[in-house]
Amino acid sequence: MASKPVYSLHRNPMLKKRDDFEDVLEERRSSSDLRYALRCYTPVLYKGMTPSKASMLKSMVLQSDQLHFVMKQVSTETGKAVDDIQEEASAILEEMAHRLQLSTIRFFAYTLTKVFKNLFRSICVNEEGIQRLQQAIQEHPVVLLPSHRSYMDFLLMSYILYTYDLALPVIAAGMDFMGMKVVGEMLRMSGAFFIRRSFGGDKLYWAVFSEYVKTILKNGFAPLEFFLEGTRSRTAKSLTPKLGLLNIVMDPFFKGEVFDVNLVPVSISYERILEESLYARELLGVPKPKESTSGLFKARKVLSEDYGSIHIYFGQPVSVRSLSQGKIDRCQFNLIPRHIPKKPTEEIQGFVNDSAYRLVRAQEENMVLKPWVLLASLLLQNHHQSQASGQRPGLTRDELTQQAAWLRDLSRQYGAFLHWPDHASPSEVVSSSLSLHRGLVKMSEGRIQLAVEQAGGQVNPGEPRTAVTPEEELLNRAVVILSCASYRNQALHVFLRPALLASALHAASSNHKQEVFNSFSFLRNMFSNEFILCPGATVQDFEEACFLLMKTGELQVTEHEVLVTERGQRTLGFLTNMLDPFLQGYQVVCRFLCEEASEALTEKQFIPDVRKFIIKHLLAGRLRYSEVLSSDLQKNALAALLRLGAVQKMKGAQQGTLKVNKVMVNSLEDTLGGKLPTQKAAVARL
Amino acid sequence: MAFNSSGGGSYRQQIAQQRLRIITGHLQRPEDDDSAISAVECKAPSSESDASSSEGKTVPRRRHEIMKWNGWGYSDTRFLFNKKGQAEFTGKRYRLSGLIIPGLKDWMEGTFGASVQHKSQATPILNSSSVQPPNLNEAFVEELKSTGVPYSHDAEDRVFRAHGHCLHEIFALREGKIGRVPDMVVWPNCHDDVVKIVELACKHNVCLIPYGGGTSVSSALECPPEETRSIVSLDTSQMNRILWIDEKNLTAHVEAGIVGQDLERLLNESGYCTGHEPDSMEFSSLGGWVATRASGMKKNIYGNIEDLVVHMKMVTPRGVIEKSCQGPRMSTGPDIHHFILGSEGTLGVVTEVTMKIRPMPEYQKYGSVVFPNFEQGVACLREIAKQRCAPASVRLMDNEQFKFGHALKPQVSSIFTSFVDGLKKFYITKFKGFDPNRLCVATLLFEGNRDRVLQHEKQVYDIAAKFGGLAAGEDNGQRGYMLTFVIAYLRDLGMDYYVIGESFETSVPWDRVLDMCRNVKARIVHECKERGVQFPPLSTCRVTQTYDAGACVYFYFAFNYRGLSDPVHVYEQVEHAAREEILASGGSLSHHHGVGKLRKAWMRETISNVGMGMLQSVKDYVDPANIFGNRNLL
Repeated sequence: MASKPVYSLHRNPMLKKRDDFEDVLEERRSSSDLRYALRCYTPVLYKGMTPSKASMLKSMVLQSDQLHFVMKQVSTETGKAVDDIQEEASAILEEMAHRLQLSTIRFFAYTLTKVFKNLFRSICVNEEGIQRLQQAIQEHPVVLLPSHRSYMDFLLMSYILYTYDLALPVIAAGMDFMGMKVVGEMLRMSGAFFIRRSFGGDKLYWAVFSEYVKTILKNGFAPLEFFLEGTRSRTAKSLTPKLGLLNIVMDPFFKGEVFDVNLVPVSISYERILEESLYARELLGVPKPKESTSGLFKARKVLSEDYGSIHIYFGQPVSVRSLSQGKIDRCQFNLIPRHIPKKPTEEIQGFVNDSAYRLVRAQEENMVLKPWVLLASLLLQNHHQSQASGQRPGLTRDELTQQAAWLRDLSRQYGAFLHWPDHASPSEVVSSSLSLHRGLVKMSEGRIQLAVEQAGGQVNPGEPRTAVTPEEELLNRAVVILSCASYRNQALHVFLRPALLASALHAASSNHKQEVFNSFSFLRNMFSNEFILCPGATVQDFEEACFLLMKTGELQVTEHEVLVTERGQRTLGFLTNMLDPFLQGYQVVCRFLCEEASEALTEKQFIPDVRKFIIKHLLAGRLRYSEVLSSDLQKNALAALLRLGAVQKMKGAQQGTLKVNKVMVNSLEDTLGGKLPTQKAAVARL
Repeated sequence: MAFNSSGGGSYRQQIAQQRLRIITGHLQRPEDDDSAISAVECKAPSSESDASSSEGKTVPRRRHEIMKWNGWGYSDTRFLFNKKGQAEFTGKRYRLSGLIIPGLKDWMEGTFGASVQHKSQATPILNSSSVQPPNLNEAFVEELKSTGVPYSHDAEDRVFRAHGHCLHEIFALREGKIGRVPDMVVWPNCHDDVVKIVELACKHNVCLIPYGGGTSVSSALECPPEETRSIVSLDTSQMNRILWIDEKNLTAHVEAGIVGQDLERLLNESGYCTGHEPDSMEFSSLGGWVATRASGMKKNIYGNIEDLVVHMKMVTPRGVIEKSCQGPRMSTGPDIHHFILGSEGTLGVVTEVTMKIRPMPEYQKYGSVVFPNFEQGVACLREIAKQRCAPASVRLMDNEQFKFGHALKPQVSSIFTSFVDGLKKFYITKFKGFDPNRLCVATLLFEGNRDRVLQHEKQVYDIAAKFGGLAAGEDNGQRGYMLTFVIAYLRDLGMDYYVIGESFETSVPWDRVLDMCRNVKARIVHECKERGVQFPPLSTCRVTQTYDAGACVYFYFAFNYRGLSDPVHVYEQVEHAAREEILASGGSLSHHHGVGKLRKAWMRETISNVGMGMLQSVKDYVDPANIFGNRNLL
């Protein structure tokens, strides 16, 4: 049955069957937008519920047992009167709550249609996914979990659901939007509710917030929508999932307050991201402009360009009930009244964490990849290789086409969801991709290469060109490289496991299987803040990597040995190169911590300092990859080192400072560089 | 009690007659039988005088002479579709007997997709050759003979005592499949007979399985297939006398084999009652109630079995256990009665019980309330429990059960009644705006002093009104309670037409009642779909008891099994899943059906390792050779 929720997200990549897409803009181009915006809208709801008024929702939250309990608790702790606290709670709710209005939606339906038709060639949606969603909405409360790559994401989601006559979601949004007065209120009226970015210790805030979400969910007033990744990914790689909201939406199921909850991963892929160079600059440390309404209007120039197409894939609904079957004993909630907040047990935290990773993986797997993603990967590698070898940069059109076709076949074998138009010749596909991204590539002496020099002029178009320092030039180049890398990153999840294996083979001192595995396991562990690698699935990932490389004839895996075949050299070279910037990057961060970090290095100072250090190395030519300048990579590296205990956050008097275990960091650096063999991985053996 | 001395006696008798008719649906029997209550000497009657001693008692030794061997209840009473295709209830025993039930056919077809055309006939008579020959312990039989206790190894007698009324047990019988059955049946006549039998069983290492009314729904009576010793079924049905009544203390000393309807009838004749009325009271026995911790419909006034018992005697392999006095409460360590209550025949045989009795209620009144939805109904019951003003009985049926009850309305004779019914329906659905697919109904039974009943009634209806409840009349209430006894017969009709089902129960704290009901019902539907059941199942529930801290909930589950190769297995899987869901939603393993062998798997998680150890050590001390080897509970 099409609507049946999947029980296992882990499948053989070659068996993946995906739905076809329909372009929702096609109809919009041929019929009246106004009529579309004003059409009769009658979505089906959970168990035939009628949508509730926002005011009713608020009073339900304020009257809930849970909130009452916490208010009393806070009152005893602080000595404030319960009435005052109730007032506070009411104010929090006021600040948070959505005010979904159909008229606003209609307004957006009209204006967005106009905008979308301008910006995009098509907006493609898998209609079977929509049908599954429609079914799911009627059966159980639904939580929509879209990937987050752009501001557009949630407007787009609501737009699609409106188009298909589905219940409009209530969306958890970060408080930063509230800065934009008008837009913030508009978003509120289109179903967004706002949560503070951090409210760690604030019990009352947490109680209001979680009760608000649960009330929406339990009563099935509307599908809930939030971003598992917590924020927009500036690198186009999926971010490590945040667990807070997922925990909240699973809680009513664990406590038996709902029969089941359907989680629907949604993958939104943009052929060209609106925020492309904005993200790159942000990663390089040009501070991000505070979200403001006027800022958005400045972005109007952006609106006149061609951004290709968008693909939105509604994945299989994942039933929390089946996901937790045999993993969570719900009886644990039998002995305490359910309205008393309790910290989730380790068992539950572990389960939520695993589920979050699986859901993000599901998002990744259904992300549509455009040919340009492959071209960007090839051009980036070419760029770095020519830099190292001093050859002429770039590829001829034929070379690029030939390599792209090779990579196309390879990625398909690895199960990529590649949208390569089969009716056009490969060279046509390449040309059309290049023309859409002409800001990032240039043609020089018949060779296609990254437009690294050109970028300088684009930084401040209005201002007179001042003398460019080498550092500024470097940063300008890095903008293009990082923009390009963000496209390559879209394909990383496809190649990640084979690439880890390829790098492990490269680093391991022998072909002995256990040794290769140790090396693989080390790298995987090292990079688990960088990429989405499901916790505890090392052996599984290793086997998947072996399977994929064996299937394509690049590897021979016997009982004790892993051997690269003759024809495997090219692929393995490509795969190692793909991961190389990250390997180098982590090593540089380690070197920085060993060589430069002072006793008083604070967490805050880490990024600026490490950046300076890297710029120095790049300028001195000791480092090839300017994408190492990405603060995302630097943060992930630090997180990994913290996780491994090589760096510690100090508490007490020196709060915020980092204590570096130089011996350990040094040995990690050497191991990453292949200078030291991997320590015996006692944890997992094959 | 201030009874009107002049007319009180006859009034009480009048009530007694009424109760006999209404509630218990009893046998037709001579009115002049006054020899029933007497302190009878325990004598081992010769088989010739047997007939006279069992006179006036419902249960003869050869039970299959009046009861179905492969279904519920009396042989003369059953549902069937007559030649016109209308449902009819045969016999003369119940109020519904002999009546046409016009709505039942449509309900069955509509609810289950069942069809009168598709019959699944049961094997009509027991084929003795399919019963394993008895494995007798000759030495035991020899010595038993010398005691004069009657026994039998007829196939019919043995098969009848090899099962309770679980679906799989009845389904197998209908198919003519007979598994391990007791090798012989003995009928002790009194406490001393039981002592002798247990002594002999210990001496010759024979397995004893006590058998009371045979109404178990926990596989408690199933003979363990791994048992290699000779199995003797100890049928207590002939230990059915009231030995004395103590009017000063309001207690009665009764032999434990007496069945509910006899106990009530005999006490009624003296103007008393126990008030203990489990749904199975026509057939279930006092000893069985003790052994399973039974609960009666009117426990709000009279209490559950553990509240009613003042004293009891149990014969164990170690000897007889009993207390030395009849004090109403004692602080003498853990109450030994609680080792016996719920022991499910694993420790010994309960032979005699002293239990509380009450003067018969002066006045009884039924009632019913319609609520716009189940949620409101539960909220109302919760409020009633909070104010501690629950009537003798209050039951809340969900919408599906309301419809089911509706389908069981007998044909109305007068146009006027049907006109009034139509008007009521119009008032509730159109005028009050109740959604016929959501509304639910509570049935009420008030008992006691007339004035107080009326006052009580008003209080309850006032509370109900606060939750949107509308009084829906006495008839609906009364019919609801009458159906209690009839409903068990309905399963046999279902089984004639490819529909199988059963009920199961739990108890749950108030705050989880709604969540649990919804989840369990949804789980049943979900599991049926998963397991390839072709038609949507009937998955419905009712709240049958209220307590200070929670409620007892009954689930009914049935489905049309056409197209399934192993329907019983599917049924068991779904019931298992439903029980898991109950436990996960905060419900208990059982409120009053007991554990038996059906729910044993969950005992450890239910009572903890230490709890299991405690029970096990009691068993090990009391019955080291596992003479009472039915393997229930542990």
